[in-house]
Amino acid sequence: MADRKRIDEATGTSTVGHEWDGIEELNTPLPRWWLWTFYASIIWAAGYVVLYPAWPMLNSATQGVLGWSSRSDLKREMQSHAERRAPITNAIAATALTDLPAKPELMQAAVQGGAAAFRVHCVQCHGAGGAGVKTLYPSLTDDDWLWGGDLASIEYTIAHGIRNPDHKATRISQMPAFGRDGILDPSQIADVVSHVRVISKQEKPSAASTRGNALFQANCAVCHGAAGVGDRALGAPKLTDAVWLYGGDRDSLTATITQPRNGVMPRWGHRLDPVTVKMLATYVYSLGGGEKAAAPALAAISEGQGADGQP
Amino acid sequence: MASPEDLTGQPAALYEARKGVYPKKVDGPFRRFKWAIMAITLAIYYGTPWIRWDRGPYAPDQAVLVDLANRRFYMFQIEIWPHEFYYVAGLLIMAGIGLFLVTSAVGRAWCGYACPQTVWTDLFQHVDRLVDGDRNAQVRLANGPWTAEKLVKRGFKYTIYLAIAFWTGGAWIMYFADAPTLTVDFWSGQAAPIAYGTVAVLTATTFILGGFMREQVCIYMCPWPRIQTAMMDEKSLLVTYKDWRGEPRGSVKKAQAHPGAFGDCVDCNQCVAVCPTGIDIREGPQIGCITCALCIDACDDVMAQIGRPRGLIDYCTLDDAAVEKAGGIGKPVRKTLFRPRTLAYFGVWCAIGAAMLFSLGQRTRLDLAVQHERSPLYVQLSDGHIRNNYTLKLRNMETRPRRVAVMVDGLAGAALWTEAGSRNTAKQRVEIALAPDSVTRVRLFVAAPGDGPARQDFTITTRGLDGDPRGDSDIIQFDRPEAGQ
Repeated sequence: MADRKRIDEATGTSTVGHEWDGIEELNTPLPRWWLWTFYASIIWAAGYVVLYPAWPMLNSATQGVLGWSSRSDLKREMQSHAERRAPITNAIAATALTDLPAKPELMQAAVQGGAAAFRVHCVQCHGAGGAGVKTLYPSLTDDDWLWGGDLASIEYTIAHGIRNPDHKATRISQMPAFGRDGILDPSQIADVVSHVRVISKQEKPSAASTRGNALFQANCAVCHGAAGVGDRALGAPKLTDAVWLYGGDRDSLTATITQPRNGVMPRWGHRLDPVTVKMLATYVYSLGGGEKAAAPALAAISEGQGADGQP
Repeated sequence: MASPEDLTGQPAALYEARKGVYPKKVDGPFRRFKWAIMAITLAIYYGTPWIRWDRGPYAPDQAVLVDLANRRFYMFQIEIWPHEFYYVAGLLIMAGIGLFLVTSAVGRAWCGYACPQTVWTDLFQHVDRLVDGDRNAQVRLANGPWTAEKLVKRGFKYTIYLAIAFWTGGAWIMYFADAPTLTVDFWSGQAAPIAYGTVAVLTATTFILGGFMREQVCIYMCPWPRIQTAMMDEKSLLVTYKDWRGEPRGSVKKAQAHPGAFGDCVDCNQCVAVCPTGIDIREGPQIGCITCALCIDACDDVMAQIGRPRGLIDYCTLDDAAVEKAGGIGKPVRKTLFRPRTLAYFGVWCAIGAAMLFSLGQRTRLDLAVQHERSPLYVQLSDGHIRNNYTLKLRNMETRPRRVAVMVDGLAGAALWTEAGSRNTAKQRVEIALAPDSVTRVRLFVAAPGDGPARQDFTITTRGLDGDPRGDSDIIQFDRPEAGQ
């Protein structure tokens, strides 16, 4: 193949000697500076091999004179991030949680930090954005709270959790299993369901709901209140609104009264540092349902609003 | 390069050393034209960042500024934001079509006169002549031994090279920050590391590309000559050696001895001597010819001295060359410039420019972009209403603080509030203060009655409350739970 070298007449340059279907290649010399650039890159590579990890060995590569490694790079970067964040973190630590909303910049930093922690620790149940999971985990974005939606209440819930058997300060309450334990028989439960659906404006009053009302006052009012507006001290949900964690239809209500879920949330006070818990509280607060002060008069709001949601 | 005689089966050399190019000094209309272009382009390059332009207290007062840190591009009266980058794209397209236009009309005029590589090479070649003398002295010095004189001259010349290169690199960074401030910062060591790095890199490239590589860049590195060969046609102006008039070559004496036996070319080699890329134009059109027309000046000079008509080497189209070869007279330049192809390029070029100017005049300086939060898509509120959350990006592209209102249209019973408010203070519209020349992000909560379609389009509108009611609107969805959920 390579013996067909000849001089190309048009250019006066030799060909490389290969020929494919009459197509030949000119052996045009490369410019000299290209060669020097090539040598320079070889020298550069030699220096690189000495200074940086280069030769693969059995278990690792050669260390290189500079001792550089990506792991130490990461460590240094993490440390510099921590140092960079320190002023903000310290400021958040030094500010009382309830004073944070008055300092917009600090509050914003806390919300951002909380969002990052939320993505690591909370999304598994509450979902990205805090939307919750229907019939399993509550939404954190609405205006209905089981244990309170002001900053202090949210922080307490995060720090101490809900129904943690190993923790004294945890939020705890126990709804009896009215059906399973035979406290109410199925027809009585159906009556109570009717009553609950009447006070939540899903059904018209009926004979069953009137019977249910009596049963409700005897069995349920102690926690949920005579009017069914709930009690946040006990985590007893408001039964007169449109928000239902475990569903507001007849079947779901019957199931809940028969055998309540009594949901559990882990406590984070011993796993996360106080600043992170604080930041998480501000993030959850910012999702749209945060309440300015400790629980206002609930009944007043629910009765006082017009059809368009405005007072 | 190997010639047929010395072919021994091995190529003569794998690598080709650069042959020195020592262009001779020349004067003439084209040279003077090149001087003018060089003066104008260099003045534009070095001077533009220092032009001031008053934009009020909230914007820089530099006429041309690429503010990368704040993502703004200022050009006199025009301010471009990153999302308006298509204006820059439009300018680049105009530059591209402008090059098509110039190439189809006057060939490689860009290469010959205006290309930075040409201008800086020309500048450096003037430095060569200033320090080393004209062509012959340069050749002597280059081939001579390293004497003290050569050392001093080389040192002096490279110092001037470096000074020009440094000034070139230094001028570049002025486009990216306030020039007077940056100059002070640069010399007091306060400027950003990237500024020093950029100056170092550009100083090095100018020094190497302009001082040493020169025509090698045009011949080996630049893609433009290769693209241009595809864009020229038989009606494009080329620097042409009129071989039908010049050949066979012979000296004035020979021509006197044998009248009629020789052409006009006296083989004085002046066209080769003045060529900045070191080619012989008499070999015909070639990639190394940047059509700077200095050989025309040199040849005209010689023709004038020996009393022959000018234009043995001249701008000429391939069509005209064929006509002249056959004894005819070529078309006047006006006709080669104004033909359908160049007029079409010019038309497109003008149309893009006019369209950009029109849209610049039409654009609003208050821009709204709405994003519907998808996690969660909707929130069930306790009173049966549904809330959707939106992230608004309000761009205030004017250099003054503004107050704007945000309202919704096409969503019955809607109430709006932002993070600053709450549902208790929700209204039909919210007012927002915008900082000058900035983007304000606002989370907007919209609550509406729960009975409605699962997915509904409505409009979020913003408008100025400070005299200029022009604004922007965005159509976006409002989601509700599907029936049965």
